[in-house]
Parts: sequence; structure tokens; C-alpha cells
Amino acid sequence: MADPNVVDPIHQFAITDILPFGDSGLGVTNASLFMILTTGLIAAYLILSTSRRAMVPNRFQVVSEMLYEFVARMVTDSSGKEGMKFFPFVFSLFMFILVANLFGMIPVFFTVTSHIIVTFALAMLVFVTVVIYGFVRNGPKFLKLFVPSGVPGYILPLVAVIEVISFLSRPISLSVRLFANVLAGHITLKVFAGFVVSMSGLGFLGWLGALLPLALTVGITALEFLVAVLQAYVFALLTSMYLNDAIHPGH
Amino acid sequence: MEAEAAKYIGAGLACFGMAGAAIGVANIFSNFLSGALRNPAAASSQFSNLIFGFAVTEALGIFSFLVALLLLFVV
Repeated sequence: MADPNVVDPIHQFAITDILPFGDSGLGVTNASLFMILTTGLIAAYLILSTSRRAMVPNRFQVVSEMLYEFVARMVTDSSGKEGMKFFPFVFSLFMFILVANLFGMIPVFFTVTSHIIVTFALAMLVFVTVVIYGFVRNGPKFLKLFVPSGVPGYILPLVAVIEVISFLSRPISLSVRLFANVLAGHITLKVFAGFVVSMSGLGFLGWLGALLPLALTVGITALEFLVAVLQAYVFALLTSMYLNDAIHPGH
Repeated sequence: MEAEAAKYIGAGLACFGMAGAAIGVANIFSNFLSGALRNPAAASSQFSNLIFGFAVTEALGIFSFLVALLLLFVV
């Protein structure tokens, strides 16, 4: 066990078995439990709130409709009318990341998106979808994406190589952006909270001094809520923009 | 130098990368503000570009923070 006087911010990310399936790792762990809860909550909320299909919506239906319209407007602005074919995909990504991030902000709950494998899986879904749909829809002309118009001939090979590298780095940047934001936020929260505890153990003056890291923890918690929502929006927005590249290749 | 000490020094050095990201983020918001004050009617249409630019720039700062965390806790 770690030294109790030293803050240990990493232990919160450990994966523990809840319903082990032998040694295979296929059982229910805390990560998969929270992914199940996330999906269950999203499905239950969206289905139940819109089940009446009222013309004059009640509060819950208003929230569902606002979420739908928000993502629909974003997809249409980024990818055009044809992009709406991917609306279920983008909406599912947005809702999953949003609810998973917000679940992570609740004190004892496990943050699913703080593991690179989860965010990498989501980013690879996006990347593979973009590549496959780009080739299916455009054929070899999809490679025009790497040859921007208006580039002089002598520098074209270099630009093409740079474009390919930056295209291949998209899943990495997409996944690491979400993962590192969530990981850094939660580690910071844990470290500042640990400061409150260790300072308040130093007698009366320490207790007074502990109010400062407490105020900082409150501020950082607010920031983390903002980051949770913002990162979900950014992931969905970038997905729409990459899909736009698949639908309309070439700059 | 022991590996432990080198890890901590490396983690501290990695944090310098956030300086560039901070300047980049400030650049984006300052340009948005000056543009919005000159043309307030067009400001709300560019809000989504603002958020996108901010997120992409901040990601680079987070990457450098990630290197520091990797050095501290994973290596």
C-alpha cells in the first residue's frame, strides 16, 4: 500500500474485477460495468422521454430534442446533407462520451474515458469508418484528399507525404486528446484533494491553510465539468469533419 | 544519475511544452475577441470554429502534460 502521507492519484484508474469470468478477463470489471450503465442510461432516457411523442413536449422530451438538434446542426454544418447519413454514429459517440465523462465526475464512480484503450477504440471506429466510406463512395479519387489543389508541382511529393502522415495521426490525436484531458483532470483533482487532507492534518493553522486547496479543488471541479462536456462536443465535431473529408475529398 | 532522478527531471522539463500551447490558446481567443468586437453580428457564427480551434490547440499542451505523467507513473 502507498505511504498514507503521500498523495496517490493513480489508484483511482485501476481496473478491478466485479464478476470475473475465470482468468480470461472477459468478466464484468468496473470499467465494463460503467460502460453498461452509460449505455443503459442513455438508451433508457432517450427512449422513455420520447415515447409519448407529444406535440407539446414535457421537460424530458425537450432535453432529448435539444440534444438531437444540437448534434444534427453540427453534423449538417460540417458534412452537409449527405453527412446526416452518419448522424446515428456521431450522436451515439457524442452521447456515450458525454455521459461517460459526466459519470466520471461523480465521486466514487469510475471514469471509463480515462483509459486510452477505450478512447482509442472509439477513435479507430471513426478512422476506419472514414477510410472505408471514403473508398466505397469515391473509389481511388479518395486519394485526392492528400493532394491539395493549387500546390506547385515540384513540392507536391513532399506535401503529399506530409498530408498522409497528418491523416494517419488523426486517430492518435483524437484518442489522446480525450484520454489525456480526462486523465489529467482527474489526477489534478485527486492531488489537490490530497493537499486538503494532508494540510488539515497539521493542526489548527494547517486546517485554515487547507481552505486554499479546497477552493482550488472546487474551481477545478467546475473546470472538469466544462472539459467533460467540451471534449464530447469536440470529439463529435472532429468526427463530423473527418466524415466530411470522406464524403467530399479534396480541398 | 539514477533513473528515478532522471524521471523527475524529465517530467519537469516536459512541462515546458505547455508554454507554447498556452500562447496558442491565448492567440485564438484574442483573435476571436478582436474580430467579434469589430463585427459582433458575425461573432456567433464563428463560435463553433472558436471551440474547435481551442480544443485542437489545447490538445498539444495536454500531449506534453501526458508525456510528464507517462514519465512519472508509467516508466
